[in-house]
Amino acid sequence: MVARVRAGLGVAALAGVWLAGAQGAQAFTAYVTNEKANTVSVIDTTTMAVTATWKVGRRPRGVTLSKDDKELFVCASDDDRIDVLDTATGKVVRSLRSGPDPEQFILDRSGNPLYVANEDDSQVTILDIEKNKVLAEIPVGVEPEGMGLSPDGKILVNTSETTNMAHFIDTKTFEVIDNVLVDARPRFAEFSNDGKILWVSAEVGGTVSIIDTGTRKVIKKISFKIPGVTDEQIQPVGVRLTSDGAKAFVALGPANRVAVIDAKTYEVQKYLPVGQRVWQLAFTPDEKQLFTTNGTSNDVSVIDVEALKVVKSIPVGLLPWGVAISKK
Amino acid sequence: MRVSPSLLLALAFLAGIPTAQAQEPEAPAGASPPAPAPQAGGDTHIAMIYRPVPAPSSYDAEAEPEDLGVAGARMAVKDNNTTGRFTKQTYALDEVALEAGQDAVAAAKDLAAKGVKYFALTLPAEEVLAVADALKDQDIVILNAGAPDDRLRGADCRANVFHTIPSRAMQTDALAQYMTLMRWRKIFLIVGPTERDKAYADALKNSARKFGLKITAEKPWTFGPLAKARGDTPTRAEAMVFTRGLDYDMAIVADEEGDWGDYVPFRTVDPRPVGGTQGLIATTWHPTLETWGAAQAQNRFRRQTGRLMRPLDYQAWAAIRTVGEAATQKKTTDVGVLRPYLTTPDFSLPAYKGVSLTYRPWDHQLRQPVIVVQPKAMVSVAPEQGFIHQRTPLDTLGTDEPETTCKLK
Repeated sequence: MVARVRAGLGVAALAGVWLAGAQGAQAFTAYVTNEKANTVSVIDTTTMAVTATWKVGRRPRGVTLSKDDKELFVCASDDDRIDVLDTATGKVVRSLRSGPDPEQFILDRSGNPLYVANEDDSQVTILDIEKNKVLAEIPVGVEPEGMGLSPDGKILVNTSETTNMAHFIDTKTFEVIDNVLVDARPRFAEFSNDGKILWVSAEVGGTVSIIDTGTRKVIKKISFKIPGVTDEQIQPVGVRLTSDGAKAFVALGPANRVAVIDAKTYEVQKYLPVGQRVWQLAFTPDEKQLFTTNGTSNDVSVIDVEALKVVKSIPVGLLPWGVAISKK
Repeated sequence: MRVSPSLLLALAFLAGIPTAQAQEPEAPAGASPPAPAPQAGGDTHIAMIYRPVPAPSSYDAEAEPEDLGVAGARMAVKDNNTTGRFTKQTYALDEVALEAGQDAVAAAKDLAAKGVKYFALTLPAEEVLAVADALKDQDIVILNAGAPDDRLRGADCRANVFHTIPSRAMQTDALAQYMTLMRWRKIFLIVGPTERDKAYADALKNSARKFGLKITAEKPWTFGPLAKARGDTPTRAEAMVFTRGLDYDMAIVADEEGDWGDYVPFRTVDPRPVGGTQGLIATTWHPTLETWGAAQAQNRFRRQTGRLMRPLDYQAWAAIRTVGEAATQKKTTDVGVLRPYLTTPDFSLPAYKGVSLTYRPWDHQLRQPVIVVQPKAMVSVAPEQGFIHQRTPLDTLGTDEPETTCKLK
């Protein structure tokens, strides 16, 4: 493992030198947080190579971009803050008071505020990122993590990993309006593009719950079977839906697969082999590629969304956790 | 810091709690309700009966903290209450720290008379049995978090007792699986003088049989508590010599009291790894466990107690969380509903082990991965890859249904 990491860093460093000027027609930039390296790996999505490695605070996990893609937000969990980086320079320009142990967050559709799950503190913090001011702290279940926002921005959903609920929060009043019990250790919440359906993964339960957001009832539970992989190894985490509502991709943790699901029938169509302990996923803005973070193999897999094939594995830093992709 | 907005929100939120998952707490049936505790809240009382560890007589780098075990129970009650906010279930922990000579049975009966239905114990096997038998006509649940004795899952099993601590058999099976993986097949077994040491040795022998390992040598430890001896004690030559001339891959020490096991590593004549109750051990929790969300539990515990979480803390946490998790799932804290539910396949406890933990219906043992650790690092997790079972790989650890001698009553 150590040897592999060193090799990976070596490649990354080299890539940084000779790919610094590479430009493609549809080039986007992927940002990957490395939980144990306290860095962000910057990847050119066309060349599929690391172009830079940026230093951030301790235990970087959740990552997202400002609406204009000029700023990168990184949860520095062990420093109890959110680092804001200038995507042009890679420098931390300021830090936000996120509350203790920020893990995941999601930006309001308008670009402000930021909704933050404070994992160690059983609360969701609502943070004005311009004024760096806490607007509200909302008590939720134990170990809040997953954060989903309805397309109209009116409903925020937080999942609590030990309480095992999806908490529905009104973004106007900042009140919890409902709680839906799901399977063990819910990690991620993702709304369908029409806002009617919420997908919630349960890592230990091994399922994805499909929740009707109108009735707030679980209408379907998706489970997974992979030949040669024990049920215990199937641990769903990251969920992403194509914007046309046709397909869903679910990262299955130590099963080392990403499941491809028909988002209409909820049938699993395919399992794509990726790196080890795959957690988070992000599409390129054109939805032609899907990037996966593979924590144990310290790399990122790139999936060709149309061909449903893994086309590349890119070594990054130690324990890659989150990924966000900019339009630039 | 920033208390007021958060408090206001909490209040506003509590007032407007939704009804979808809401649930009125059950009034305790039968005996008189618990004494009113207006400020403490807590409609569901969970008792924690334990014996505080006496302070060490002199400096002890590894001294057990006074709140060992009960600190985990306190964290679990907090966790139960955080979740309970959304289900309108509130919990209180009734702590009973037994003094020397104080009877666990009397304390348990007293609490039961006040309406307490759930009891977590970190007590020796005899006391667990005594409490279980004294309360056997009442509908209560006892959670054994401290006694690994196989007999509590075998001939002396009880219908009202559930075990969150892995049995000795599970612990030695975990070590045996690791040795099998490493192809360390020949064992030199060193057995201490106490009953618990002998029980550990018996479990190890069973595990060796089960996984095809061989005990090529067995000797009693007769040199006293050398691990507890002062550092200026001269090295005892005979303790080194007694490992001479043996054919083995790994030495296993059976020293549950921790008197001498730590003396053996690096002092064997032949360079061999040492495991068992010291050295490479099989356990439930370790400071270096951080996967499967364990880092969050480690942080939460350290913030609440100012120290690191230990196995007994974790086992007590799992005991109290068993009640909370079952109550969340069944939307009631009624023991009449929860007790039978615990052994159904529908109940499972997420407990930072990567899989949900369930109770074996045949002996009420909590199925769980067992971590194999050395003092400074995790080494492996049992069940090891490749050990398979028709039900779940977790059942390759401990006594399986066909072998059980338990008749629950």
